Amino acid sequence: MVSNSRRYLDAASATPLHPVARQALLAALEDGWADPGRLYGAGRRAGLLLDAARESTAECLGARPDEVSFTANGTQALHAAALGTLAAGRGTPFVHTAVEHSALLHVAEAYDGPTVSVGVDTLGRVDVEAFVAAARNCAAAAVQAANHEVGTTQPVDAIASELPGVPLIVDATQTLGHADLPGGWSVLAGDAHTWGGPSGVGVLAIRTGTRWRSPYPADDREAGRIPGTPNVAAIVAAAASLRAACVAQATEAARLSALIDRVRRTVATTVPDVEVLGDPVGRLPHIVTFSCLYVDGEALLTALDKRGFAVSSGSSCTSSTLQPSHVLVAMGALTSGNVRVSLHHATTEAEVDDFLSVLPGVVAEVRDELGAAGL
Amino acid sequence: MTLDCRGRRCPLPILDLARHIGDVAVGETITVEADDPAARPDIAAWCRMRGHENVGESRAADGTPTYIVRRLH
Repeated sequence: MVSNSRRYLDAASATPLHPVARQALLAALEDGWADPGRLYGAGRRAGLLLDAARESTAECLGARPDEVSFTANGTQALHAAALGTLAAGRGTPFVHTAVEHSALLHVAEAYDGPTVSVGVDTLGRVDVEAFVAAARNCAAAAVQAANHEVGTTQPVDAIASELPGVPLIVDATQTLGHADLPGGWSVLAGDAHTWGGPSGVGVLAIRTGTRWRSPYPADDREAGRIPGTPNVAAIVAAAASLRAACVAQATEAARLSALIDRVRRTVATTVPDVEVLGDPVGRLPHIVTFSCLYVDGEALLTALDKRGFAVSSGSSCTSSTLQPSHVLVAMGALTSGNVRVSLHHATTEAEVDDFLSVLPGVVAEVRDELGAAGL
Repeated sequence: MTLDCRGRRCPLPILDLARHIGDVAVGETITVEADDPAARPDIAAWCRMRGHENVGESRAADGTPTYIVRRLH
């Protein structure tokens, strides 16, 4: 394990490079630097590497290689997924859950047609019946596979089976490489840096037969879906690490899920006035979020950083816009003193235990600074 | 009783509320004027966690959101 990933518990923002990805990246930098669209030897070698990466990625997604395109990152994949589906849609609303990633919500804001945001319960889960009722006749529907802040999984399969013919956009960003993908998606988006690949690679998969039109000016790369020369070396590394993550998925999910259970249980008993959020059972194996009453989220993150722990927060004081997380707001959860812990392939049991042993003292210290003791 | 929490960032409005809830009688209400966007979810969560009633929301003359909380115990 590389030393700078020690006590790094923010895998949902970016995961340290998987050793397999590093190895693949270095090899592909040597062999895959040329333009994969060219017909000379170096170009053909890059093209072969890209083809192999696409085949391997498609297999991990349960898709056909010609359904898979690579993008510059997960945000671009999500934008392309939604924009392209809406561009080919038939004029009726864009329906999405209230807890989609902000990249998806920003597409909805920019959409010139009507949009419907379907609320979630206190666990962060959308109601199948309510969503289906709203999305019966829509241009496109978006339901994430699982939430990026609280880990709660969404009933994508049930929604898909009730909405035949409706193009269903599924953000699988935090799910790919960590848990089984839901079925029934029409368009799917992912991001390599959440499964141990490098930053700068996203995945866009479009099921054959889905109405989707590229929202970009014409370009012949990536089957005309994503413009510009792809970053072959990074894509090769992304594909290799996705394969490694999928091969190890069952054992890693069990290992990380047990650690998350420990965090959920321990935080609830050792930190006073805390709410551990999200579904304790129907969730991703590697993400947990909790909020502490009378705690400044920014002060908490800073105090944890001083002890070497990297975590993220949905509290408003930690966001550039000073808005609390729209996910926590949609769930009706406390937004102050919010911490998201997300684990990865290199996380050890000892790191999690270290975190759990310092957390109560750090929370007490931050509360004391605010004069909140005894309230 | 009205608490002026304009300009006070999360979690200060709910700290102010916690400090002053004892100043009103059980069954009476306290009004929090707060422009921080986190005040809405956090006051609702505080009421749930502390067992008080989140009566509702309105606006002050200057447009600042106001939150009304009833002391229940």
